[in-house]
Amino acid sequence: MDTRIMMVFYRGIAAVLWLAVIPAVSAMPAIQHWVTDNGARVYFVPAPELPMVDINVTFAAGGVRDDGHAGLAHMTSTLLDMGAAGLGADEIARRVESLGAELSTGSARDMAWVKLRSLSDSVHLQPALKLLADVINQPDFNNKDFERERKRTQVAIQRSEQSPATVAGYTFFQSVYGDHPYAPRPSGTVDSIGALQLEQLKAFYKEYYVARNVVFSIVGDLDRKAAEQLAGQVIGQLPAGNRAPAVVPVPALTKAQEQRIYHPSTQTHVRMGAPGMHRGDPDYFTLYVGNHVLGGGGLVSRLFEEVREKRGLSYSVNSYFSPMEQDGPYLFSLQTRNDQVDEALTVMRETLQEFVDKGPTEKELLASKKNITGGFPLRIASNSSILDYLNVIGFYDLPLNYLETFNDKVMAVTREQIVDAFQRRVSPDTMETIIVGGDG
Amino acid sequence: MRSLLATGLFLASQLVLASGAVHEYQLDNGLKLIVREDHRAPVVVSQVWYKVGASYEHDGITGVSHVLEHMMFKGTDDYPAGEFSRIISENGGSENAFTSKDYTAYFQRLEKSRLAVSFELESDRMRNLHLQEEEFLKEINVVMEERRMRTDDKPTALTYEQFAATAFISSSVRIPTIGWMNDLENMELSDLQHWYERWYAPNNAIVVVVGDVDPEAVLKLAKQYFEPLQPEVIVPPKPRLEPPQKGRRDITVKAPAEVPYTVMGYKAPVLATAEERWEPYALEVLANVLDGGDSARLTRDLVRGSQIATSAGAGYDLYDRQAGLFMLDGTPTESSTVAEIQKALFEQIQRLQDEPVTDEELTRIKSGVVASAVYELDSVFYQAMKIGQLEAIGLDWRLAVEYVDRINAVTAEQVQAVAKKYLVEEALTVAVLDPLPMEAGRKPRPQSNGGGHGH
Repeated sequence: MDTRIMMVFYRGIAAVLWLAVIPAVSAMPAIQHWVTDNGARVYFVPAPELPMVDINVTFAAGGVRDDGHAGLAHMTSTLLDMGAAGLGADEIARRVESLGAELSTGSARDMAWVKLRSLSDSVHLQPALKLLADVINQPDFNNKDFERERKRTQVAIQRSEQSPATVAGYTFFQSVYGDHPYAPRPSGTVDSIGALQLEQLKAFYKEYYVARNVVFSIVGDLDRKAAEQLAGQVIGQLPAGNRAPAVVPVPALTKAQEQRIYHPSTQTHVRMGAPGMHRGDPDYFTLYVGNHVLGGGGLVSRLFEEVREKRGLSYSVNSYFSPMEQDGPYLFSLQTRNDQVDEALTVMRETLQEFVDKGPTEKELLASKKNITGGFPLRIASNSSILDYLNVIGFYDLPLNYLETFNDKVMAVTREQIVDAFQRRVSPDTMETIIVGGDG
Repeated sequence: MRSLLATGLFLASQLVLASGAVHEYQLDNGLKLIVREDHRAPVVVSQVWYKVGASYEHDGITGVSHVLEHMMFKGTDDYPAGEFSRIISENGGSENAFTSKDYTAYFQRLEKSRLAVSFELESDRMRNLHLQEEEFLKEINVVMEERRMRTDDKPTALTYEQFAATAFISSSVRIPTIGWMNDLENMELSDLQHWYERWYAPNNAIVVVVGDVDPEAVLKLAKQYFEPLQPEVIVPPKPRLEPPQKGRRDITVKAPAEVPYTVMGYKAPVLATAEERWEPYALEVLANVLDGGDSARLTRDLVRGSQIATSAGAGYDLYDRQAGLFMLDGTPTESSTVAEIQKALFEQIQRLQDEPVTDEELTRIKSGVVASAVYELDSVFYQAMKIGQLEAIGLDWRLAVEYVDRINAVTAEQVQAVAKKYLVEEALTVAVLDPLPMEAGRKPRPQSNGGGHGH
């Protein structure tokens, strides 16, 4: 229940990170990869230490495929486990939970996924896999479930409008991406969800939930043969279909714009940025390391120092690249008391401008490299974090040795490369700024 | 399903044996060190837990534990402001700290060879924090920003804060961890100095280390860094037991919001206060019958069945220092009201009092608990959390190991018994969020930011 999350307070916003990313599994995992007969790409890392299996079945079926019907991908994904192979939502949930398994669906702009975590002994795993296969292969798309989930989604959207941070976040995407399919909210709007037809969901499912559009990741206590069987059992019967077409490139912004939106809040939330970079971008490591110095280092970064430590203006302040299939945003965020927003924004802009002009010092660069590379074992220490990496590597066609070469690529970045890349790729003069809050 | 559960149980007990021996030590100055071995990855988590949090506070200085947590990053004479975080970062670590009702904890996650870095810095700030006015004046503003972000601008959080302060009159459970805004505005450096001197000492701390480490080597490091620290005379907080509630309490919170919301809570014991040890576990099972996943009663009956709620939940925490609440909450649909949600929640409670829960529900819950005990081992951090949390409220970490067996021992009759005993109207507090208009969508924000503002 949501009342319980507010009981603990943190020094920094990194709270979310520590909940999500935690250690286990020693040496570099060797990633095994194959393609099923019907064309699905499978990625597998055996992890025999714990008797459990994690599976992520991801489809190129995110909001970017909504084609003017915002929320279509989201609703399609939501309905998968609300009725499948003749089992109702109650029955699916009952069976999954009686096995102690965890089954979930989700979607974002680029992708939609179904995840399963189960104990690995066959008494638990086999029935859990059957349920996973059912929701992927035979979702029922009942009208009753559709109408209920539609209304729930609409209330969830309304409720999210209570949050100035959420309003700032989706307005930022709309402004930065304009006519590009990354612009709309993947959850849709109250109106766009209201206009959806069940037939559209079925058609969307038929087109995108196909084998060639799948990245199937497995981490757990099983061997290669068992993993091949498992993948076959879950997606072997999916029609091959076609891989979704590439997302169209994102046009660059041509001028700076600022939007101020009233919200009855005591704080004003700022989102500033522009299209940044994509997965596999030739400048990926240079920009990533550079931004670590500027605003990506958690409790240690120039923005944290200037905005919070020196001036006490904001609880959280950061910048990060969200690489996607095409250029995801380079996003700067802070939130401050309404009457201080102009001051905070000025400090943030000056800090960015200074960094673009001069880049990091050698000392800062070295400190960031030490943090990123020294912390590498932490990134791959749990089955769940390895699963996330497999999914990213598979979905974005990154090399299989991505993790093995990660530290070397970070260490190879030079100060000059960062200055060059930021000057080519990051233009403070053509950024969108979204300001959502109350009257000063 | 019984056989499934049996397989799972066997698995879980095997694992608890196989995974991580736990070693417990006490240093001469009273510091407790608990080390759990987990050799899956070359990493280590180090956490320092202090037995102090919002429930140790009193009116006028609420939030002081949390503000002090922020100030713990503001420097000692050896490591001035910012150095702590800079050094951890350069060692590839990630770090943070958190404050709750009953504890304040600091942690680092590091590659296993760097544990000494954590111990050196943590032992230094355990006794040598240099609180400075200039740093405090900035940081108190950061904390007020945090309060605005987490509570003041979140209508459900605001509702919860007022709800807790209504449910408890005397018990310090009522105190919001972030502190009341006016107390933050009037906080002084001397409040922090007193609080630090009173609670930050080795004999009021627990160090928990989990990871790919040798326990004897960790003990040696701990002796080197922590043992020279002087202990303090620690005076435990007064019990401040809540007087018996004499009838239902209702409040309304009016705040700008789009969607109404209701939260309600019944006074309930926790593990540390329960007269009957099984009762908190039965309450835990009760919470899971209502809200232990998508097949639990609230989602099944209220969200999918009658469709009166867009979401509904139940919650209970058995690992608190003081008696707390068994809580329920719900958000209506476009066409239902909070009154209807409340009625439906009361009907659910009535049913739990009238009929024993089914074997199938018990089996589902127990299967979930058994499986979770395995899944939790995927996180070194979580393992350390469990140990620290229990020890910080004065309970034995072994209770975490016992948990699966205790839950498995709960019967349907016991669940019914706690429902009858604790979910009674005399002990009930109900809050409703009554939305004020958000000012009809959006109007352009005036450009001026005219002058100071009394927040």
